[in-house]
Amino acid sequence: MGSVNDSDPFPTALKVLIAGGFGVGKTTMVSAVSEIEPLSTEELLTQVSASTDSLEGVEDKSTTTVAMDFGRISLGGTHVLYLFGTPGQERFWFLWDELSAGALGAVVLADTRRLEDCFAAVDFFERRGIEFIVAVNEFDDAYRYEPEEVRAAIDLKPEVPVVLCDARDVASSTNVLVSLVQHLIDTRSQHADVI
Amino acid sequence: MTEPVEGPWLDGDAGRLVRPYTVSDGRTKPSTHFDLLTLVMATGNRPHHYLGPDHTHVLGLCRGPLSVAEIAAHIRQPAVVTKVLLSDLVDCGAITARAPDRAPLGPHSTDRDLLEAVLDGLRKRL
Repeated sequence: MGSVNDSDPFPTALKVLIAGGFGVGKTTMVSAVSEIEPLSTEELLTQVSASTDSLEGVEDKSTTTVAMDFGRISLGGTHVLYLFGTPGQERFWFLWDELSAGALGAVVLADTRRLEDCFAAVDFFERRGIEFIVAVNEFDDAYRYEPEEVRAAIDLKPEVPVVLCDARDVASSTNVLVSLVQHLIDTRSQHADVI
Repeated sequence: MTEPVEGPWLDGDAGRLVRPYTVSDGRTKPSTHFDLLTLVMATGNRPHHYLGPDHTHVLGLCRGPLSVAEIAAHIRQPAVVTKVLLSDLVDCGAITARAPDRAPLGPHSTDRDLLEAVLDGLRKRL
């Protein structure tokens, strides 16, 4: 491609979120597809206690850290895709806002043994208007459901793709990302048709 | 003489031996806005004065384009502290930064080109 500007050393950085409940395989999926060992970045959160009437405000504050695992996929030298596993703890949802800003889209990982764990992520992306797909991580000892059964159980909109995957497997996890990007392209084509 | 490579002072059991905000000299707000996905790279210009071991460590990581998130992970500091160190290096001209394109994607042809490029790149990995 001749579109690469030789004087610009920076590739285009892009972001995809991997969301879902605790232990559903977010970090496993990031590890499977990342070209680097998954890294972890921390945000320092300052929590101010509800009783802010104390003059000794400093003593009311405590800092805590929340870690986000992420990986990287270089695509042809011109694009770099970063995959961020969202923090599982619901109380850190405000971090999701910063994380989701500018994201291409999201993968919501689901475990059919604990399907309800992915509801929060589905709600979050639906409300924010962030495009996502649901990927069912097929654990070895879990009963196998058809994608349409999972769709019904989550009450997903018909246009949201549901795919099955093995988060440990490179090709399977890469295919999940392919499905997401294909969905993003399809969604845009439909929008363009309407306009 | 080359300076010894400085890294974070870590103890296997105790973790960090220096508090995060000590590294940033007590500062919690970087002078430049950074996103976790902002890419930074060394310009080749050396800082006019010695900024400290943590800055030197960060600068050493910036030989190729690297994201703020990666640098934070490598130096094992919280993102906010890393951003302060990076903004010092931007201020003295030692690194240059490129913010990610945060414009929301729309039904534009350029967005479609971008997504097609990503799709193509992912399929090549299969």
